[in-house]
Amino acid sequence: MTEQAIKQTVFQLLKKIAPDTAPETLQPDDDIRHTLEIDSFDALQFVVALNENYGIEIPEEDYGKIITLRSLINYIKEKLV
Amino acid sequence: MIEFCMPSLGADMEAGTLREWLVKPGDTVKRGDIIAVVETQKGLIDIEVFDEGTIDQLVVKEEEKVPVGTLMALIASTKEAVVKPEQPEVKTAEKIIPVSLTTTVKASPLARRVAAEKGVDLADIKGTGEGGAITKEDVEKAAAAQKEPVKEEQPTMAAEGIRMAVAAAMSKSNREIPHYYLETKVDMTLPLAWLSEANKKRTVKQRLLPVVLLVKAVAKALADVPDLNAYWDNGLQRKDVINIGFAISLRTGGVMIPAIHLADKKTLDELMASLNDMIPRARAMKLRSSELSDSTITITSLGEGNVETVYGVIYPPQVALVGFGSIIEQPWAEQGMLGVRPILTVTLAADHRATDGATGSRFLVAFNEHLQKPDML
Repeated sequence: MTEQAIKQTVFQLLKKIAPDTAPETLQPDDDIRHTLEIDSFDALQFVVALNENYGIEIPEEDYGKIITLRSLINYIKEKLV
Repeated sequence: MIEFCMPSLGADMEAGTLREWLVKPGDTVKRGDIIAVVETQKGLIDIEVFDEGTIDQLVVKEEEKVPVGTLMALIASTKEAVVKPEQPEVKTAEKIIPVSLTTTVKASPLARRVAAEKGVDLADIKGTGEGGAITKEDVEKAAAAQKEPVKEEQPTMAAEGIRMAVAAAMSKSNREIPHYYLETKVDMTLPLAWLSEANKKRTVKQRLLPVVLLVKAVAKALADVPDLNAYWDNGLQRKDVINIGFAISLRTGGVMIPAIHLADKKTLDELMASLNDMIPRARAMKLRSSELSDSTITITSLGEGNVETVYGVIYPPQVALVGFGSIIEQPWAEQGMLGVRPILTVTLAADHRATDGATGSRFLVAFNEHLQKPDML
């Protein structure tokens, strides 16, 4: 799966969880939660959505590895290999 | 005959507009059924009925705006005989006086006539005449605005409604309630370690958030100190059930505070399920009447940013509000040793008419004791 395709899916999932945000404006090194003002509840829903969409289970200790858009995409890419 | 009246969905609500009846005369209803949709400043709310019986008469018409407490429908209770159609209850009909809010609005006779002609509700107009009276020009402006497409503006109007609802409730609180504040710091090392282990055994969907532990610890502490689970209405009125209002901030501004019913009786998983169900509905402004009116205390958690301490404003007629800041790593001294721990600052805002600092202090001690035994929550 290409980075671009992952990015599009991530944007779609974020938009679904927080409809009044604009994920497409995220820059690669932006802190996703901070920039989109996503609280811990929505963040958990996002992890659930990633799990349902890609079948990857992100353990809590890995939350630190998916803070920015760039790190999240890299994380998903590695998990999908 | 049971009288079903416009419910009060919070101290800030004065009136509501009936948008839709979901029942008709002759329908049987039971406790918890949603029988109407009412529009308030907090959006469209599903209104539940708390009795069993048969709908006898719908008194208020759809699109009618009536004050809280107005008789909306008559329900023949299941204990009563089935209504006999050959004996219409004329007396009951005479009793029903849905009060129109427009009668209290200050407006010139000409403005009233124009409003009636153009189908404009005077209650929705802000007057620019002497002493805030509504003039003919105000009515004409409002009539012109009505014709314009309003779809684009709806979110803004809803946000404004919420803002006004919050403003009314908080002003009342600040005006009437002599608040006192207590604050304590709680070491979250043990609860968070327990939660981390518990979540390892759960699927992603079943994971718990730290706030669930806090909600349950508050519920258990209230069972120990029931004077804080109460209303103030010419005296302290303890509540038999513990329904925790959980403040949910809306991205468009304002807060919704749905109640987690019987929070002390729910398991941590059930509490998490309640939040999973309520938070998206609150943000979409799709809450039920009981969720908006049943809270016996409020929790506000600002744990998402860098806020360390929350000094809350009590939601009347409740007598207490518990505030949580972020869990932040801080230096922590214990048994002569200094270390770094995840620390939560908990505050209690309480009504000094209802309780004193000693009661509040007992509550915070009980809260910490419960929180430090997460496997017992």
